[in-house]
Amino acid sequence: MRITCPNCGERDRREFYYQGDALALTRPAPDAGPHAWDDYLHNRDNPAGDTRDLWFHEAGCGAWIVVSRNTVTHAIDDTHLAATVKR
Amino acid sequence: MRLQDPQNTVSFTFDGQRYRGVPGEPVAAALLAAGVRLVARSFKYHRPRGIMSAGSEEQNALVTVGRGPQADPNVRATVLEVSEGLEVFSQNAWPSLKHDAMAVNDLMSPFLGAGFYYKTFMWPKPFWEKLYEPVIRRAAGLGGLSGKANEDRYEKAFAFCDVLIIGAGPAGLMAALTAGRAGADVILADEDTAMGGRLLREVEDVDGQPGPDWAAETIAALSAMDNVRLMTRTTVTGAHDQGTYGALERIAGPRRAGKPLECFWRIVAKRSILCAGALERPIAFPNNDRPGIMMASAVRSYVNRWNVAPGKAMTIFGNNDDAHRTARDLVAAGVKVAALIDCRDDVQVDGDFPVYTGAQVVATKGRHALERITISHAGGTRDIRTDCLAMSGGWNPTVHLTCHMNGRPIWQADIASFVPTPGNVPGMVTAGACNGAFSTAACLKEGAEVAAEVATGLGLKPKVTVPAADDSAYRISPLWAVPGQGRKWIDFQNDVHVKDIKLAAQENFRSVEHMKRYTTQGMAPDQGKSSNVVALAVLADATGRGIPETGTTTFRPPFVPVAIAAMGAGSQGKGFAPERLTTSHRASVARGAPMIEAGLWYRPSYFPQQGETHWRQSCDREVRYVRNAVGVCDVSTLGKIDIQGPGAAALLDFVYTNTFSTLKVGRTRYGLMLREDGHVMDDGTTARLGEQHYVMTTTTAAAGQVMRHLEFTLQVLRPDLNARIMSVTEQWAQFAVAGPRSRDLLNSVLDDQIVDADWPFMACGAVDVAGVQGRLFRISFSGEHAYELAVPARYGDSLFRLLTAQAESYGGGAYGMEALNVLRIEKGFITHAEIHGRTTAFDIGMDRMISRKKDCIGQTAAARPGLIDDDREQLVGLKAVGAVKQLTAGAHLFAQDAAPERVNGQGYTTSVAYSPTLQTGLALGFLKRGSARHGEVVRMVDHLRQIEAMVEVCDPVFFDPEGGRARG
Ligand SMILES: [Zn+2]
Repeated sequence: MRITCPNCGERDRREFYYQGDALALTRPAPDAGPHAWDDYLHNRDNPAGDTRDLWFHEAGCGAWIVVSRNTVTHAIDDTHLAATVKR
Repeated sequence: MRLQDPQNTVSFTFDGQRYRGVPGEPVAAALLAAGVRLVARSFKYHRPRGIMSAGSEEQNALVTVGRGPQADPNVRATVLEVSEGLEVFSQNAWPSLKHDAMAVNDLMSPFLGAGFYYKTFMWPKPFWEKLYEPVIRRAAGLGGLSGKANEDRYEKAFAFCDVLIIGAGPAGLMAALTAGRAGADVILADEDTAMGGRLLREVEDVDGQPGPDWAAETIAALSAMDNVRLMTRTTVTGAHDQGTYGALERIAGPRRAGKPLECFWRIVAKRSILCAGALERPIAFPNNDRPGIMMASAVRSYVNRWNVAPGKAMTIFGNNDDAHRTARDLVAAGVKVAALIDCRDDVQVDGDFPVYTGAQVVATKGRHALERITISHAGGTRDIRTDCLAMSGGWNPTVHLTCHMNGRPIWQADIASFVPTPGNVPGMVTAGACNGAFSTAACLKEGAEVAAEVATGLGLKPKVTVPAADDSAYRISPLWAVPGQGRKWIDFQNDVHVKDIKLAAQENFRSVEHMKRYTTQGMAPDQGKSSNVVALAVLADATGRGIPETGTTTFRPPFVPVAIAAMGAGSQGKGFAPERLTTSHRASVARGAPMIEAGLWYRPSYFPQQGETHWRQSCDREVRYVRNAVGVCDVSTLGKIDIQGPGAAALLDFVYTNTFSTLKVGRTRYGLMLREDGHVMDDGTTARLGEQHYVMTTTTAAAGQVMRHLEFTLQVLRPDLNARIMSVTEQWAQFAVAGPRSRDLLNSVLDDQIVDADWPFMACGAVDVAGVQGRLFRISFSGEHAYELAVPARYGDSLFRLLTAQAESYGGGAYGMEALNVLRIEKGFITHAEIHGRTTAFDIGMDRMISRKKDCIGQTAAARPGLIDDDREQLVGLKAVGAVKQLTAGAHLFAQDAAPERVNGQGYTTSVAYSPTLQTGLALGFLKRGSARHGEVVRMVDHLRQIEAMVEVCDPVFFDPEGGRARG
């Protein structure tokens, strides 16, 4: 598997650390309530198809990357720096 | 029998017997030349077996190469190259290949059919693990390993290209030529020792010259191109995501100590062209497995390419025109053809040998090698004396790689086989025989045209020119199984025959995947390469379905067996766990310190002195150094993260539970870090070196995790913060100088004297040591008046030597991990033994450190009711108060009068030490409602080590609870 780091270009999967769902980007406010926090911390979809997750180019430039990919075909549609997605 | 006397031969052994062979030819060819027929015993029934093919698909001739730790089992004799002194052994036979005791299995075969495990060994249940399985495992099987560490070397490598061409037969060579001439960056890989594929085997002209000559000329042209890389002996084993291909290269030449045996490649290609050719399939006729019965194309390989006749009186049995070449080539080579048997009625064969059309082989004879066959034809049955039968049930395109990403092939009736479904593997196209185009002319044409399309897609301008070649049509009439008495083998490697598959269907294992599991069809090392299509056809027939409806099993990587040692090359021993050494490593080892692992780091356990016979003596002495004089300890392995920028303070406020924006420049503060789920992640001190400049310390274990966490915080959660972080763990060598004499020691080495007024507890700043600019932190992990002194790593070795020498002059010295651990337990300081991932700030008594004046990671979740429940297990100190003084980590805590059973568990111990300071055994641990139970006596039980002790619950800070020693 190869992932395109927006900084470094296409790299082998082993250079990256896998975090999980990109919903980590949308951290609830401290007072958002237990349900919002439960969803944020624990509840994840398990899609057969398109998904967005976070990878860390740990053995590379150190960028956190939002990867849009397909869990069925393994195709990677696009990748963005998490910092720019957030802004 | 050799058809030509070779010029140069070397000697090798097979089962101890010496043979001569031509260097580089397959061992199979040399054995056939020497008239060796019996080379193996089959997997389950221990049937005598001979060489069947001339390539990596070999099902029978699996051998072991070498002996002892070097022994390499299940090597295919058809691929293994002859070299001087090579030692080859047969497998799965005892006491010898000829007299194999387990051949009794064959007599018992009526009871050992498909599914016999499930039916026979169901009862009594415990017998399975203790009796049946070990017996079966010993009886059935292939080659074994020595059980010793493999000393052979393997390599791994990476390659990148525009176009990967898999297979260098006529299609692959033309594809490489076309793409290469167009300027593409090409890798051409072939698993054979030489490129050319079928051109090396068949008697055919290409472009007016013999096939091998045209191949040689083409290879020479490709070698001359800088943009083309040729890889022989390289099997592409798998097609993976985003154009990544695995490939196994067998390194050329004889085995030599230190020389790698194989190299596992990861090849990344923008596009790939599969030119993998086709595999000839056997016909299931009765007793079709005797040594001497082989594939027709293999016979042509041995005769035409290796100049070896595999028999003296040859017979050929086929259902297609291609089989007829065999008779023609044998006659041309001067080998007697006893009969050509074709199952079809309407075929015309010209040749000076008996031809039987509309005929089938219905029986074979010969105990250890084929002697006779019986055929049935319109005129009745007839016995024919023959020592080698060449069979051809037609050709199966080698579609495997196109199915590695979950695709299925499609049935093509006119060739009675499966062909690739276009687009199954993104970026991969197919050409030649693997695509169902079987003539040489068609292969050359497809190779050129497909490569031209690929090159055009890459923005190049290819030209297509195709040389003239044989274009004879491939006519076939399907023949899967011949009726008659006796077992008709399909999967030779796993001993599966026609009846097994019919039995599976009869017992309702009708799905092809179920049939596979029930019969083990296609599960052997060859993964049913040659046998699957025949098995499907038999299953289709037994279930009354067509072959396309029956479908195929899933082809998975690897295409050929790959040794784990090759795939994991470089990842054994230090390659798996690299060693990180501190700057004081050499000095520590010179002092005789046993080094222990701390993650990838190595740290000194203790520094033994003359007369000390037990580690505890050394440890106790080192603890006393620190409590009474001064000790020196390398703490460089702790993570050090440099944090700078206008947002640095806000970042720290967000990742730590407590506040760092209020920390004064020149001061250090202890910080607690939570995970977002409210559990403790790590702790450590962070120093403020400037308005916008901090340096954070992490534990040794969590350094990488914290670094990742900080980047995550900065990039994913708080990109609004303008701060940058950098790991400087390896840039600074840092030493703890601890004990009442620590200031005196420092003043003996620092360029400028320090005084307590300028350097109070938790102060930090720059100092000079022998002209080197360093950093000094007045922090303490021992509870004593202590400092940590950091210098650029290149000065670490000399500073350690200087500090320890000075410490000795003050009645102290170096201390190791054991003493460090005792010192911190005496003080109740936690490590990852306590913050093991399930503890909260509440559990360790630090919930008040979670500031409510700001948000921080983990703050909300840490306040969940379950995480601040008084009933939780809380950090406590434990002192041995009974007769047993030895406390152990990981032991469980129970009320005094409760039975020591799980349901009564009240907590557990995490860290233990013998305290020479307090002269008793101490432990840290977690106990239900622990902070409210100080003074109570509970029972510690270590079920594993059979230790039981009475312990008094107390505050985790055993020594100097007021902290005056560190501050004073
Ligand atoms: Zn990168």
